[in-house]
Amino acid sequence: MPEPVIVAQNLVKKYKDFAAVDGISFEVAPGESFGLLGPNGAGKSTTMRMVGGVSTRTGGDLRILGLDPNRYGPEIRSRLGVVPQADNLDTELRVRENLLVYGRYFGLPRAQVARRADELLAFAQLEDKAKSKVDALSGGMKRRLTIARALINDPSILLLDEPTTGLDPQARHILWDRLFRLKEQGTTLLLTTHYMDEAEQLCDRLVVIDKGVIMAEGAPAELIRTYSSREVLEVRFGSELNADVAGRLKGMGDRIEVLPDRILIYSENGESELVRIVDAGLTPITSLVRRSSLEDVFLRLTGRTLIE
Amino acid sequence: MTGTDLRTDAAASRPLGALYAGNARSVMLRGWQATRSTNWLVVVSGFFEPIFYLLSMGLGLGALVGTITTESGQEVPYAAFIAPALLAVAAMNGAIYDSTWNVFFKMQFAKLYEGMLATSLGPLDVALGEISLALLRGALYATGFLVVMQALGLNLSWWALLALPAVLLIAFGFASVGMAVTSFMKTFQQMDWINFLLLPMFLFSATFYPLSVYPQPIQYLIQALPLWHGVELVRGLTTGQVDAGMLWHVLYYLVMILLGLVFTTRRLRTLFLD
Repeated sequence: MPEPVIVAQNLVKKYKDFAAVDGISFEVAPGESFGLLGPNGAGKSTTMRMVGGVSTRTGGDLRILGLDPNRYGPEIRSRLGVVPQADNLDTELRVRENLLVYGRYFGLPRAQVARRADELLAFAQLEDKAKSKVDALSGGMKRRLTIARALINDPSILLLDEPTTGLDPQARHILWDRLFRLKEQGTTLLLTTHYMDEAEQLCDRLVVIDKGVIMAEGAPAELIRTYSSREVLEVRFGSELNADVAGRLKGMGDRIEVLPDRILIYSENGESELVRIVDAGLTPITSLVRRSSLEDVFLRLTGRTLIE
Repeated sequence: MTGTDLRTDAAASRPLGALYAGNARSVMLRGWQATRSTNWLVVVSGFFEPIFYLLSMGLGLGALVGTITTESGQEVPYAAFIAPALLAVAAMNGAIYDSTWNVFFKMQFAKLYEGMLATSLGPLDVALGEISLALLRGALYATGFLVVMQALGLNLSWWALLALPAVLLIAFGFASVGMAVTSFMKTFQQMDWINFLLLPMFLFSATFYPLSVYPQPIQYLIQALPLWHGVELVRGLTTGQVDAGMLWHVLYYLVMILLGLVFTTRRLRTLFLD
């Protein structure tokens, strides 16, 4: 096993009395795509900021590329690419200038940055927007430009904080495609997300975080196998009836979760559960059988849904 | 890649630690690029403001006032009396505009510094780069204004050449303190307070008449404020009344620069590298 590029041991970040990150440990291998999955406020962004060398840990140990960010912040940052949660592109500069200027922040020579900027514009599919103003770009394009910018220094690790939050489905798919290419080229990715489909698409391995602590760790499929059944049957009886009906569904499937708007029945075979419900004389307004996802894992681990 | 190759003990060789990467020029470059790209008109407009003041007050009002006696007892035309003050004010305004409103916007809305500090830049690079840019702009205005003064015959001595570095010093002082103050501001209302303080300072710092018109306590108050030192320093140079006491004005600005830089760097570190 090659030496990990990120090692966090019992990492803690406290703001006064509140522990945003409360003792988390994980390792990321070179070339790996690692995810931090959790709801808003779980401590994902705080963890990212510590890994990014812009936030000092309160406790525990952290090594990025073998170095301690407390001491080697600038060296570490020179080898990272950072895609923050909210775009912070330079709106006073044009698209290509954004890449050129950012490259110079790393102290890279002008010619090298210019060459790299053109490659990255092609990668981000923004070649014909090179001279546009940033504000004229769509949300998806801005995001791709932010990612291109983060790659200007040819980073060893790319940090992505909620890369597709707020984008429409099509823009998300374009972005995933780009990120997947990076992954294929061997870039180490560390990303946070509260979308389970994103985590399933992009992460080799992930940790589920809630309230600053790690609830589970593993590959997406492995987590689903461990914490959920193969299939889920979702039935709706109307908001008033759900709780009532739930009592009569006892014993069906491996496990039942009653949410305000629907009931989830976990089972190896969703269809046969549906048949049993209908046989019992109950008629759901809608029913849906789907595969278990990380959302179900999260629900199982925390008793809450990811997006509330 | 394990990164062991990075450990060249760069951290030990950096006296300012993670605060300074020695790359403030990339921040200046960004400002130059942004000016070229979007806001050159704002920059040009700033050049004319003091010239309009000079024409209206100096030549217009000056025709009524005639000559005026300076602190050191020299009689000079009114326009030659206020021109150096306007020059100092121009330096102050240019520096303040760049280091307060511009910086406020970049910090609170554009998140520009957040982006910069995610690279290998340190907070001191950002502070120095932004302040130098404000300075450069101040120097540009000052040079233009000095040329106009020369054309109107308002530079009474060769010492006036030294007014250029003096103006830079003034701009540096205001830019440095301006950025430090701005870094503590959170709302537009607080930003308005800066303007509220600057306007009376502009009007009352012996800009348009000698300090001696005030009663003693008011004189002390004015002398405590930074602009008065700037006005006296530049006025001494353009009217050719130079003495060793002017070094106090220089010292005043050196202290401003130092305090401003220290507070700005600290504050940026707290805000973005907590």
